[in-house]
Amino acid sequence: MEAKTLFDKIWDAHVVKKVEGGPNVLYIDRHYIHEVTSPVAFLGLKTRGLKVFRPEKTTATPDHNVPTINQHLSITDELSRHQVEMLKKNCHEHGIVHHGLGTEGHGVVHIIGPEMGLTQPGMTIVCGDSHTSTHGAFGAIAFGIGTSEVEMVLASQCIMQPKPKKMRVTINGELGKGVTAKDIALYIISKISTSGGTGHFIEYAGSAITNLSMEGRMTLCNLSIESGARGGMIAPDETTFEYVKGRQFAPKDEEWETTLANWKELKSDKDAVFDTEYTFDAADIEPMITYGTNPGMGIGVTRPIPTTEGMEGSDKTTYLKSLQYMGYHEGDTMKGKPVDYVFLGSCTNGRIEDFRAFAAFVKGKKKAGSVTAWLVPGSKAVENQIKAEGIDKILVEAGFELRQPGCSACLAMNDDKIPEGKYSVSTSNRNFEGRQGPGARTLLASPLTAAATAVTGVISDPRELM
Amino acid sequence: MAYDKFSTIKTPAVPLPIENVDTDQIIPARFLKAVERKGFGDNLFRDWRYQKDGSPKTDFPLNNPKYSGKILVGGKNFGSGSSREHAAWAIYDYGFRVVVSSFFADIFKGNALNNGLLPVVVSPGFLQKIFDAIEKDPNTEFEVDLENQTFTILAGDESEQFEINPYKKHCLQNGLDDIDYLVEMKSQIVEFEKNKSCRFEAC
Ligand code: SF4
Repeated sequence: MEAKTLFDKIWDAHVVKKVEGGPNVLYIDRHYIHEVTSPVAFLGLKTRGLKVFRPEKTTATPDHNVPTINQHLSITDELSRHQVEMLKKNCHEHGIVHHGLGTEGHGVVHIIGPEMGLTQPGMTIVCGDSHTSTHGAFGAIAFGIGTSEVEMVLASQCIMQPKPKKMRVTINGELGKGVTAKDIALYIISKISTSGGTGHFIEYAGSAITNLSMEGRMTLCNLSIESGARGGMIAPDETTFEYVKGRQFAPKDEEWETTLANWKELKSDKDAVFDTEYTFDAADIEPMITYGTNPGMGIGVTRPIPTTEGMEGSDKTTYLKSLQYMGYHEGDTMKGKPVDYVFLGSCTNGRIEDFRAFAAFVKGKKKAGSVTAWLVPGSKAVENQIKAEGIDKILVEAGFELRQPGCSACLAMNDDKIPEGKYSVSTSNRNFEGRQGPGARTLLASPLTAAATAVTGVISDPRELM
Repeated sequence: MAYDKFSTIKTPAVPLPIENVDTDQIIPARFLKAVERKGFGDNLFRDWRYQKDGSPKTDFPLNNPKYSGKILVGGKNFGSGSSREHAAWAIYDYGFRVVVSSFFADIFKGNALNNGLLPVVVSPGFLQKIFDAIEKDPNTEFEVDLENQTFTILAGDESEQFEINPYKKHCLQNGLDDIDYLVEMKSQIVEFEKNKSCRFEAC
């Protein structure tokens, strides 16, 4: 039999039909929805007179628009409130489970799915959100879709997709002190660029990957989309099974045993061929920081901003336009530059492990007076865990305060906007122009680098302060 | 979503010679709060197009009266970033029917095709020729022939073939969408669910 990749195995098992000269009709096991990309899909269903085909396979939560303080009050922004209410109404009408604001199940959609055990190995998972790639950490095929496709899944539990190409990114060796999954991701994107993964689905492999916790794996897979790839995945192993076991929607008892035996087969065959392969050495990876306006513009935190030497034409114009937006110059050293805001949170780094790392770092230190810090748990469950572990006290002692769960300053659809021209070291995933508010300047980094920066007030290398 | 059937168009084009145009620029997040698909064209490229006080930035191509037409020509890696279909809606709603670039991000490309907006991939060299042609004469016309899958610079009579999946081509030409197709094959999907090996999923 032909050797298959992990991706092939899951994909092929979900193809309902191959359309002549067209895409595959792909069956979807798990569908997550949120308030921004679903209303027009529900409207579409209504216009066509359709019902949701398999409501039990969809789970909803409002995350993009929600405030991160005073969540018990009504949302003040009228449009946001309407969108959030609309989600609830649509879910109610169609029998979809909805984890509303303030409830125990609420949070960023990519955080709550894994927490509840809804995300499992071998599944096909989609959501109208590009960071659906997060769920690939469990050895699932998970990718973001547009609103038309959300409507397709609601209407038929299927979407039409051409099969992407396959890429493997192998990271061998051990990560140095202070280097995290976030740094691996930013490093990879800085090497292969924001379009290097386009048309592909990535499988991450190598000892530096298998040594990551589930939280770390989610961070890495989350950022796959920033390399242009549809998604990223990691073969499930004991770390994965251990994480899933016992969660609310995980298989139980006998079912667990049979399912587990099947999950253990989920790996690429030895001779499987990938269309594209990259190999990197973990020892080459430093704590990373971005200096430009796309996630591929990242460097080791101690390095200078690359010069335009060797660049030509529109490459050079685009690069300079980006530096101009950031207020930086070629050759500048990033370390030591002042920062106004620090944001810990998002579906990239809003998990309990991120808060543990941040708190462990700032323990006994003090937040710099010049820095405004927004610490936003990814979900209610993360918030509860933070309190249960006493992390909130450590944070308060160091001069930080905790907000309530949501996407927050990751995309600034709520009030958490970075003011124009201000610098923000952010643990989120996108540093596009205006992503964190019109005119805001975003520097992507790990929770450790964010913590180091928060206590010094300038871009800092966490290794020097640990 | 219903859209106009796509046939051959002949029109000038609007140049946007910037690389990595991401969906946050095409339509910033704060304009995603609508619950209907209406009026997104007004906020297309909002922060590049308007000053903070709402007055237009005169040097932005969409505000330059010398440019017009139903084709938007972008630099490489167009449409990267978020999966928001609002980006495709905004471009379509503004009046474009075709976006040309040497490279598109995957999700954007799919979203465009699902909404009657044709993404045309041309070679980097040909893309430059298109920019040059517009620079020389902003009124110069281009022809996009979907049936023959050609993009032609009419002034120089230079043409390049582009690729499109035959199924998607059929959909665009007939104004069809995937949802109709999927709904029609429901019995097959039910059959698939019955026979689906439960190997990977807890069923
Ligand atoms: S946290 Fe940011 S990237 Fe993640 S789902 Fe929310 S807005 Fe999207």
